[in-house]
Amino acid sequence: MRHTFTLALSLSVFWLINSGHNTPLMLSLGAISITFVLYIAHRMDVVDHESQPIHLTQKLPGYNTWLIKEIILANILVVKHIWLGNKSISPTMSRIKVSQKTDIGKVIYANSITLTPGTVTINIGKDEFLVHALLQESIDDLQSGEMDRRVTQLESQC
Amino acid sequence: MLIAAILAILVVMVMAFTRGFVGPTLYDRILAVNMFGTKTVLLISLLGFLMGRPEFLDIAIVYALINFISVIGVLRYSDSSIFKDRKLQKKIIKKSS
Amino acid sequence: MDILISTGSSLFLLIGSFLCISGGLGILRFPDFYTRMHAVSVTETLATTMILLGLMLLSPDILVLLKLIIILLMTLFISPTASHALAHAAMRNDLKPELDQKNKDEVMPSNP
Repeated sequence: MRHTFTLALSLSVFWLINSGHNTPLMLSLGAISITFVLYIAHRMDVVDHESQPIHLTQKLPGYNTWLIKEIILANILVVKHIWLGNKSISPTMSRIKVSQKTDIGKVIYANSITLTPGTVTINIGKDEFLVHALLQESIDDLQSGEMDRRVTQLESQC
Repeated sequence: MLIAAILAILVVMVMAFTRGFVGPTLYDRILAVNMFGTKTVLLISLLGFLMGRPEFLDIAIVYALINFISVIGVLRYSDSSIFKDRKLQKKIIKKSS
Repeated sequence: MDILISTGSSLFLLIGSFLCISGGLGILRFPDFYTRMHAVSVTETLATTMILLGLMLLSPDILVLLKLIIILLMTLFISPTASHALAHAAMRNDLKPELDQKNKDEVMPSNP
């Protein structure tokens, strides 16, 4: 029930931002379409804690600020190596241990790795990821496990 | 400064286009098309601000979604045999014959 | 105040354009598919963020600002998904990456 409510709330916000009209006709059309989408989502059985991870909201801002800082640092590193040329890069492929238990934790970790420039998750296994990196040092950073620790901390809210 | 940004994005689009033509493998081409699409979203937003018509942003949102769906739609067929690496395929054919 | 806002937005747009050009140079310059992917990922994260931030400072009303935030969030959610799908498809179809000399004898994955 909580998840249905948050889904309806986010859909209404999305409608209001995109339409920008406040006439009764427009608002009622919006209400009809939101109800329809909710009905379809219930039929597809996708309204649960995975599509609406509201249990993570408390810790998410802290994690996001840390992730943004990491993204900016990684961007600067990759841009530096683009301008330095092909001699300076050291493409590496490696397996990274994963300590998350739930699917949503693994997805957050894999997405964070891919979102950071310089590292791409290629394959997701049972307890390890296959990661391709532009530089050896990004792999070393990942293997030191700070991101892993933070995602596990975030996930432990569940 | 808007005009400078638009010019920069046009240059990047030309670069992506070049990679799309030259790209040795199929995946390079898909990557170039994906990059071209995301740059188009930025270009539409910038043009909207330059012309003073922020309604263009709606088109940019729709374009971002279409771009994503098209890439995923192409990759949906990556199981089929035409997606295999050409050189590798030739090697396999040589071995088997 | 006006001058401050327009200077800030010009600065953001300039940084975004520079990052875009760097990414475009990277996609032309890097040797193989997997490394080019990192260059594209630069243009899809920080460059997009910077250009959209520069536009956000110029936005005339709150609705435009919210739409720009939606575009930014959408790009940030979409780009890792698309690049993971692309890399996964390439690896599944046996496109081998060019690895560095000293790491060459490491894990070459048995195909998933």
